[in-house]
Amino acid sequence: MAKTDALQGSLDLLVLKILSRRPRLHGYAIMAAIAFTSGEVLRAEEGSLYPALYRMEEAGWIRAEWIKKETGRRARVYELTAEGKKQLGAEESRWQSVSLAINRVLREA
Amino acid sequence: MSVWSRISNAVRSERLNREIEEELQAHMEEAIASGRDPDEARRAFGSALRAREAGHSVRVAGWLESLLADVRFGWRQLCRNRVTSAAAVLSLALAIGACTSSFRLIDALVWRPLPIAHPERLYFLSRAGMGFDNKPGAWDSWAYPDFELLQAAARGKAQLIAVSYANRDDITYKTDLEMEKASVQHVSGNMFAAFGLQPAAGRLFSESDDHAPGAAPYAVLTYDYWTRRFARDPSVIGRTLHYDNGVYQIIGVSEKKFTGTEPGIVVDIFVPTMMDRGVTRQDRTWIRTLVLVEPGVSIESLRQMFEAIHGGFERQRLTGQTGLSPVTIQNVLRNNVRIEPAPAGISQMQKNYGRALAAIAFLVLLVLFIACANVANLMSARAAARTREMALRVSIGAGKGRLVRLVLAESVLLAVLSAAIGALFSWWSAPLVVGMINPKDNPARLILPADVRVLAFGLLLTIVVMLLFGLLPALRASSVNPAGALKTGETPVARQRLMRTMVGIQVAFCFLVVFVAGLFVASFELLSNKPTGFSADRLLLLETTSRAPQPTVYWDDVAEHLREMPGVERVSQSSWPLLKGIGWNDSISVNGGPPSIDLAYFLNVSPGWFETMKIPLLQGRDFRDSDAYPQAAVVNQTFARKFLHDEHPVGRFFEKASDDGTHQRMQVVGVVRDAYYSSILVMLPVVFVPMHSQEIAGVRDATFVVRTASSNPLALASTLRQEVTHVRAEFRVSNVRSQEELNQGQTIRERLLAMLAFFFGFVALLLAGIGLYGVLNYSVLQRRREIGIRMAIGSPRAGIVRLVTIDVCIMIALGACAGVALGLGAARSVESLFYEVNATDPIMILLPFTVVLSTACAAAIPALVRAVRIDPAEILRSE
Repeated sequence: MAKTDALQGSLDLLVLKILSRRPRLHGYAIMAAIAFTSGEVLRAEEGSLYPALYRMEEAGWIRAEWIKKETGRRARVYELTAEGKKQLGAEESRWQSVSLAINRVLREA
Repeated sequence: MSVWSRISNAVRSERLNREIEEELQAHMEEAIASGRDPDEARRAFGSALRAREAGHSVRVAGWLESLLADVRFGWRQLCRNRVTSAAAVLSLALAIGACTSSFRLIDALVWRPLPIAHPERLYFLSRAGMGFDNKPGAWDSWAYPDFELLQAAARGKAQLIAVSYANRDDITYKTDLEMEKASVQHVSGNMFAAFGLQPAAGRLFSESDDHAPGAAPYAVLTYDYWTRRFARDPSVIGRTLHYDNGVYQIIGVSEKKFTGTEPGIVVDIFVPTMMDRGVTRQDRTWIRTLVLVEPGVSIESLRQMFEAIHGGFERQRLTGQTGLSPVTIQNVLRNNVRIEPAPAGISQMQKNYGRALAAIAFLVLLVLFIACANVANLMSARAAARTREMALRVSIGAGKGRLVRLVLAESVLLAVLSAAIGALFSWWSAPLVVGMINPKDNPARLILPADVRVLAFGLLLTIVVMLLFGLLPALRASSVNPAGALKTGETPVARQRLMRTMVGIQVAFCFLVVFVAGLFVASFELLSNKPTGFSADRLLLLETTSRAPQPTVYWDDVAEHLREMPGVERVSQSSWPLLKGIGWNDSISVNGGPPSIDLAYFLNVSPGWFETMKIPLLQGRDFRDSDAYPQAAVVNQTFARKFLHDEHPVGRFFEKASDDGTHQRMQVVGVVRDAYYSSILVMLPVVFVPMHSQEIAGVRDATFVVRTASSNPLALASTLRQEVTHVRAEFRVSNVRSQEELNQGQTIRERLLAMLAFFFGFVALLLAGIGLYGVLNYSVLQRRREIGIRMAIGSPRAGIVRLVTIDVCIMIALGACAGVALGLGAARSVESLFYEVNATDPIMILLPFTVVLSTACAAAIPALVRAVRIDPAEILRSE
């Protein structure tokens, strides 16, 4: 199976979920985590990941901070806000109902 | 947080770009470090620029970013022509600041509601009709027994509150040596409760303080006075103060926001009305009647009730009064009672200065329009210079709205800068103007806060100003036709027409301002140069008082001592100085006839007073030490003419007829030349009577009139002040001033009006001149090529001059005519502020006309010189 870009509309959910398990990740780590936990099936493209991160930051779901790494470079790490936790819950239940519906269609048809 | 962060990101857009760049770079390095192929990683990102843009647009408010770009661009435009921009900003700032100051003053004096529970329910009572002097008028002063009748009748429908006129009076806290001035007001005990005011300390008066005359010797301080005089010391409550022969206990401090009901006066000390000695007198009108109407009560029915009750009171009081002519009594009984809203309080200063300030505000508004017209023309000219740029922007796809915004941004910057400087100007100038109102020893005090009302006005004014000068040029600039503009670069005719119209309006307004200013200045000149009939030169006035009446020989004693002081030439006494503004009047009965309808005015003077005042004796003799009141009298010319018909006045007898029917017979011993008595506006018939009296044992107040040797009489003030108390310990000098100061006090309002009007007239001329210069100069620059060609084909210089000026001349002529028409209309509405000047006087019109025209000519000359100096060869070569 070819590597697919994260499903349309589910990128936010993936990012929020990852950040809810492991706070304070930078962009590359989030991308890597999505790939790893999905068994290299799902991939977030850089071109869509960063605008999505900024959008969620503006919406107040996640919060960003510059930290200094051991290498001396700066990295921008993200973590979930209380607002984001609520959003995650909503997105998760939305995803559940959507995938349930799709499964039902696949079974019946 | 989101909107805010997007806005703040827009402001620091550069830094944001760097951060996004840095984050993406870090990502790439991370990817490479974890073993990805560098080329592949870079490819995955796509174009770095695109990624950055995508990130950027999410995090930034786009509209704001482009707006900021416009503002930056506008700022650079302003900086390109620093001198003209600065001139525009300064002229607008001056006009905006002056407008704001005018608003602050008028608002504080007339509009701002009192800080009380229900200002909208507050009214005041006045009477209108014929007065006791048989002249029509309106009066807001009432006798206390009359007030009590009204108050009782209105119970349930309205609360009536009596407040006296706040007075600057002598008070002492310890010994008489430490006498000081404070502004004292008598108020009803129910006032504080009715107004919903709380004490800041101690307690306030209550209705129980209104029960019996003299039974409530209490004082309430205002918060302002408590702060200034006692530094908010709470132990001041319980202390006593001496005022007007009584001892008052301080019981409390009123709420901070409340400074009395008279805008222009900040009261220091409140005392109950019941403590005034006149409280039982039916014939003494000394209080204002404020009415706090209960909701739902008809004002008109209230008024009718008050009128009926007041009529009954007057009828009862005047029945059997033989001192007044029957005509006078009839007239007075026919007076109407008026009830008018007074949400802002009621004061004499409103009456005296409300109109004057409105007139100045009007002039200032015109100056603002002139300044706006200037800036509008400036913006027009700049927009014209940018026609090609605008055309280019349109051709590469800029929308109309975007162009309007681009040009308006510059106007907004101008307006905001001007408003900021204007606010500073207003902060400085409004208190300055207040300081010029009233004499030095009793300054007017208006509360001038920078509150919401003032800020709202300033904001509104700034927006209006910006639209006035910015909108038209912006719309013009945006409606550019790219094809035509890119080809030729000529200014459209419509734009020049707009600029010329502005010149016309400027000239009209400028004429109006200069014309009205001229009338004010002429009024002041006439008034201040008016001969008073006496000489104020080197005269020092010692207004002296003593707690108990003192025999007149004691007063003579003091005068005698003062005469021996070095530097003193003459010393005389009178009850009060001339032109102090107070008077004593009564009817006159000649040859046993009925009391006169016209009143005569009286003043006690000592022998030698006429010589000290340099009022020449025309007939008869001066008083002697042996003369006493009421026997001998010296009258002025007006009296001799009016009451004695100029038939050998000396030696004749007349009677002074008081309201209560008592008559005092006097014989004229001398006639003096006319001199103004209480005001320089009217020459009154005056009877001078001796200080010595057969009737009264002593005198409490009198003024020593001292003619000093030195040209500055005030140099002797403190020495003489001490000397008075030194000679007789009971005497205290409550006020020292020069007669000159009193004379000037007569023309304070006129001086203020003349000064401000002159200043703004000058500013209007200057601005209109600059505006005209700018427009002509611009039009010469625009038509350089045409002028060059005309010259090359032999047009004479006169023709060139005509070409350049003809349109503008027509506009000036039209503007001037409109100005005259407007001026005559405006003058009529402020007529009451003029003194003996007539707006239709040809000189008063011709003079400003000449001034405006010569300014216009002066402003036109540089442009004309430039036009005729154009070198055709050079112009044609450059094409």
